[in-house]
Amino acid sequence: MSEQYQARIPIYPRSVKGRFRNLKWAVLALAYGVFFLLPWVRWERAFGPDQAVLFDIPGRRFYLFDLLVHPQDIFWLAAVLIILALLLFMVTGLAGRVFCGYFCFQTLWTDVFMAIERGIQGDRGARMRLDRSGWTVRRFLKKGATHAAWLGVAFLTGLTFTLYWADAPALTAAFFAGQAPFAAYVTTGFLTLTTWLLAGVLREQVCTYMCPYARFQSVMFDRDTLIISYDRDRGEGTAGRATLRAGGRDLTTRRAAGVGDCIDCDYCVQVCPVGIDIRDGLQYQCIHCGLCVDACDAVMDRLKWPRGLVRYTSEHALEGRKTRWLKPKTLGYGLPLLLITALLVWGVAHQAPLDASVNQVRQPLFVRLSDGSIQNSYEIKVNNKTQHPMTLEVRVSGLDGAVLDMGRIERVTLMPEHRTTLLARVRYQAPTGAARRQVLVFELVPVMPEGLEPVLVGSQFILR
Amino acid sequence: MNEPGHEQQSASGKPGGVKTTGHVWDDDLREYNNPLPRWWLWSFYATVVFSLIYWLLYPAWPIAGTYTKGISWINYEVEGEPQRSHWNSRALLVREMQTSDAAVRQREFLQVIAAADHDTVLSDTDMLAFVNSYARGIFGDFCAACHQTGGAGIIGLYPNLADDNWHWGGTIQAIEQTITRGRMGYMPPYRETFDDQQADAVAAYVLSLAGHEGGDPEQVSLGGSIYQGYEGGCYACHGREGLGLKSQGAPNLTNDIWQNIDVTGAQSHAERQALVRDLILRGVQREMPAFGDRLSPAEIRVLATYVHQLGGGL
Repeated sequence: MSEQYQARIPIYPRSVKGRFRNLKWAVLALAYGVFFLLPWVRWERAFGPDQAVLFDIPGRRFYLFDLLVHPQDIFWLAAVLIILALLLFMVTGLAGRVFCGYFCFQTLWTDVFMAIERGIQGDRGARMRLDRSGWTVRRFLKKGATHAAWLGVAFLTGLTFTLYWADAPALTAAFFAGQAPFAAYVTTGFLTLTTWLLAGVLREQVCTYMCPYARFQSVMFDRDTLIISYDRDRGEGTAGRATLRAGGRDLTTRRAAGVGDCIDCDYCVQVCPVGIDIRDGLQYQCIHCGLCVDACDAVMDRLKWPRGLVRYTSEHALEGRKTRWLKPKTLGYGLPLLLITALLVWGVAHQAPLDASVNQVRQPLFVRLSDGSIQNSYEIKVNNKTQHPMTLEVRVSGLDGAVLDMGRIERVTLMPEHRTTLLARVRYQAPTGAARRQVLVFELVPVMPEGLEPVLVGSQFILR
Repeated sequence: MNEPGHEQQSASGKPGGVKTTGHVWDDDLREYNNPLPRWWLWSFYATVVFSLIYWLLYPAWPIAGTYTKGISWINYEVEGEPQRSHWNSRALLVREMQTSDAAVRQREFLQVIAAADHDTVLSDTDMLAFVNSYARGIFGDFCAACHQTGGAGIIGLYPNLADDNWHWGGTIQAIEQTITRGRMGYMPPYRETFDDQQADAVAAYVLSLAGHEGGDPEQVSLGGSIYQGYEGGCYACHGREGLGLKSQGAPNLTNDIWQNIDVTGAQSHAERQALVRDLILRGVQREMPAFGDRLSPAEIRVLATYVHQLGGGL
């Protein structure tokens, strides 16, 4: 009977230096800088909080520097999500799992947690010896210190995420004074736990077993997609790979003997964060982080052999053909991407300062008044989206002789970012034979501040 | 187990090699074995533990006519009496309607409006917006059963509150009075007093008051003398000019708005006249119940303001 459940096979990634490692550190520094510092950036506004980026859920407003996002702008979110998805698909189709290898927060946080582990417990060999050493005090202390440091980073991560949803300095002070909202403790606690669990304990298992994206992106691959691959022809030759001892140190003698360039040093396997052997070919576990490329290049450099035994290439290039960049897939993702981006930019640039809707009261649709005229009622919702007070006048047009009655409300003053609902009644002495349904237009005219366009909302007037 | 095909492992070093379970059917059918990670199994056990805790805390299992109640509870109040109940979303709602931030803010603003004078409320957009949304709920609970959602009423049964015709007065004070104390409207039947000819004549006169042409002039003048004279005495409540009397709830007869008979919908003058005549003969009796002991003064206040605004007239 074979095993139905498999214990995790421990992976001890070895450290490596090189181009891709440097690139990954740079991306990491940028991402951490933005994530951890952004809630603390202050921003001057005429009205509203002084935090540059604040997602105010109770107030139903998102502050992004000078941009203020209202619930009505939900379409922007749709556009942003479409853009991100298309960008992801296009980049994956062209250059493989770039997101997984360099930008995914699972990869970024795992990298940091591995660096902490290496700092405390030492590199691959030291960690393997430590794990074999039984429960000594030294092992207990080192493991404990590692988990403590991980939890520290995880806590900072959770707290920082929470700070995006409230005033950062005030929330931090309240948090440690025990006076923050319950939701802040739950969010921070939950993210601390999951960050520690996912980046410290589960690591590559997240990509292998949990992440749906890791699995479905293979459909975006084609034979021109960049992959990280072992050059089998060069590495194996005709007689297979051989160590330096067995195959010799000299490239010419090795090749004459049909021995491949791979010296079977296993460095590429040891640095792999997901524990695969890239020489087995393209595998779904591979997150395309490029560390095996760095490892192999380092070995080749030391031997003064040409680099690129493991490299970014495509299946076409490996077959000796050219990699095509401009393919229907590039255009198919690229053109919609450009279109949606243009729409989003247009939408953000043309954000209306005032937004209004008019709903006709439907019960009753119309009433006859003492003087024989007909009255229809309307509910007007107005929303001042600017950061200044705004004074409005409501007028009606489109129906000659229609009289607007707003009771004693002559002008409406809306505070910045405030909204209100008005009840409007319209009376009309209908001439005989007039059609049952008449067109009526509500005009919301800003009188203060000047220079704002009136908002016109079409509606109807029902006679009978 | 030495035959090829019975091995547990795939050929070593072969890329993508997958282990098999070792079972073989029909000579060459084998079963791949891709084992689940063991922590996945643990996550399953964790969900089992979660559900056990959940069953302990919350209502869960139906048993015959009842169910397990769980050991967590909710404290709330009903009319000032403290209540304690097993956890359920209805009790949670009751408690949130009493103690949540929004409920507290709502109560406070209700008191602010109840304490403000009518002019202030009618001139303040925020207060009016609150009145219209808060009182709509009260109206739906207590008034809409008769007066209908939106207050359009039903001809012959319940008066229309959405027009500018008020039997008992359309000021906020008068409406408050109507809601608090209720109203009894009564017009006596004239079955015993008038013969058919007199009833027809009064009906013709009343229609002429509302501006309906086409009545027989003789009938109209006869009707007028009965209306204004001792014989009918209609003027006592409806007034000499037919403008009505708000203290009696006597409607204005001159504005062509009819609450008890569908004069507007009638096709001919004869039909209209028949409607009015029948009403005169049978009389009208209406009652609006008092809500003073069912609604708080603050609620009556915002409700009256809301109703006042529906028609937008006095």
